[in-house]
Amino acid sequence: MAFKQISSPHAHASQNTAKVMQLVLWATIPGLIALTIHFGWGSLINLVLATVTAVIAEALIIKLRGRPVSFYLKDYSAVLTAVLLGLALPPLAPWWVVVVGTLFSIVIAKQLYGGLGYNPFNPAMVGYVVLLISFPIQMTTWVTPAALLPEGISHPGLIESVQIVFSGLNPADGVTGATPLDSFKYADGLLVDQIYAQNPLFSQAAFAGVGWEWVNIGFLIGGLVLLASRIFTWHGPVAMLAAMTLMSVIFYDGGSSDSPGSALMHLFSGATMMGAFFIMTDPVSSAVSNRGRLIYGALIGVLVYIIRAWGTYPDAIAFAVLLANFAAPFIDNYTLPRTYGYTDRRRATEKEEDS
Amino acid sequence: MSEVTAAEVAKNGLWTNNPALVQLLGLCPLLAVTGTVVNALGLGIATLAVLIGSNTIVSLIRNHVSDAVRLPAFVMIIAAFVTCTELLMKAYTYELYQILGIFIPLIVTNCAILGRAEAFASKQNVGMAAFDGLMMGLGFLAVLILLGAIRELLGQGTVFADMHLLFGAGASDWVMQPLGDSYSFLVIILPPGAFLVTGFLIAIKNAIDAANKRRADAKKDAPVKGAKRIRTTGHIS
Repeated sequence: MAFKQISSPHAHASQNTAKVMQLVLWATIPGLIALTIHFGWGSLINLVLATVTAVIAEALIIKLRGRPVSFYLKDYSAVLTAVLLGLALPPLAPWWVVVVGTLFSIVIAKQLYGGLGYNPFNPAMVGYVVLLISFPIQMTTWVTPAALLPEGISHPGLIESVQIVFSGLNPADGVTGATPLDSFKYADGLLVDQIYAQNPLFSQAAFAGVGWEWVNIGFLIGGLVLLASRIFTWHGPVAMLAAMTLMSVIFYDGGSSDSPGSALMHLFSGATMMGAFFIMTDPVSSAVSNRGRLIYGALIGVLVYIIRAWGTYPDAIAFAVLLANFAAPFIDNYTLPRTYGYTDRRRATEKEEDS
Repeated sequence: MSEVTAAEVAKNGLWTNNPALVQLLGLCPLLAVTGTVVNALGLGIATLAVLIGSNTIVSLIRNHVSDAVRLPAFVMIIAAFVTCTELLMKAYTYELYQILGIFIPLIVTNCAILGRAEAFASKQNVGMAAFDGLMMGLGFLAVLILLGAIRELLGQGTVFADMHLLFGAGASDWVMQPLGDSYSFLVIILPPGAFLVTGFLIAIKNAIDAANKRRADAKKDAPVKGAKRIRTTGHIS
């Protein structure tokens, strides 16, 4: 028996895939709580439905591929994909929307490409985009934040929510409405100040948009916890948020009727914080090096802003992340880290290391 | 490629060397127009007609055109047939002609057609070349129809919608809606759906081939116990 030679440093890994995935799952909780407080039970139902679908689909496909089922299920990656998709989908969306999206995420975007570690695109976002372009009506119907519900109407309770999701029961009038980004985009001909004064989504908000600001703060807290526990480095999220801030400051246009909105609104509306800390930090589909992640994050930030400001969709995290996923290998090629002592840059495609 | 039998040609065109699923030629029309059965059928028949015609003529002139100019000559022949087809469709199926639009003239650039002219028709006699055109065209047509049917069913919930564009007014009630009135799943109708469904069709074909191969291998004589084997691989010096 040959003894394995192990040289220093004698580091051992305290993390494994399952632990990382579980930690990320726990970190979504502040965001989930904010979603549930402000938008009712819908997100929780999405989450459970997506998780059940994802685990079943993952198990079936792994079985089909002849791999050990429990080994792959235990890494929690399918659960995490499902949870992220469930959080991104509109609360009270019909059950088949959630199921179709999860199936696309797990079966097509993840397993058909070879499973965890081989998927070039973020599975949750592939599922989301498929749903967004296939079922635009269901995907753009959001629930009105609790603070803005009409007099005498409250969010449907848990039982009623389940009925709405599964049997197509229509929620009461006023329970669904536009998101801040939506209403901002379609308020043509109004100055920014006028929109803020007229639309209760903004006038009753603390600083960005009723409900949404707290959801984003929730994901921000979760993200900072992950950052502190060194699940990912600061480069990606900081670059993305900085790029978005810069873009919205440059193009603020003094609050005219053409203005795409303030930096504060863009940072704390829609899926910004969730995208910055939970979506684009996916280690599989993002760029690898620190310098690469700076470019990757900035690219996402700029793309999100461009699509939000001048595109046809009100929010754009999913599209921006997928486009940046396309670019990630290219970015990696030009941002290959060098070992200490070298100063010149090297491309990943160069086969020989120059001496 | 001197001696080929008709059976081989047929099997090649329809299955082993299917232009759409194995050679992956002519993907542009394959992906672009297979949103519905009627579009797929229209373009498939047009391609089939051009393929038979061009293969026949290319085979006829194969000994009279010098190698240096053969490709331009082939392209001219194909273009002539495409023009004929286009005019015929304009005359008899005008609405379908409008729906298919640019993809009818683009048949000229379908690599499957030029590929067959170069690889087969320019080396074979007329009968075999025409038969090869027919079989390759049918193989392409079959995949187009299958793709069109799957995408139409999954995408908009109908099968055989608008068949009157091709078969006259009597065919307009052929449409079936097995999934209900309000069903729609846009992504399958959009270009990504074409890639997805084509990918699955190729996977199914490969799975069938693999299963056939396994069965054939199993049928082979099992090694006799105690038989001596001769080492055929490796190099012993």
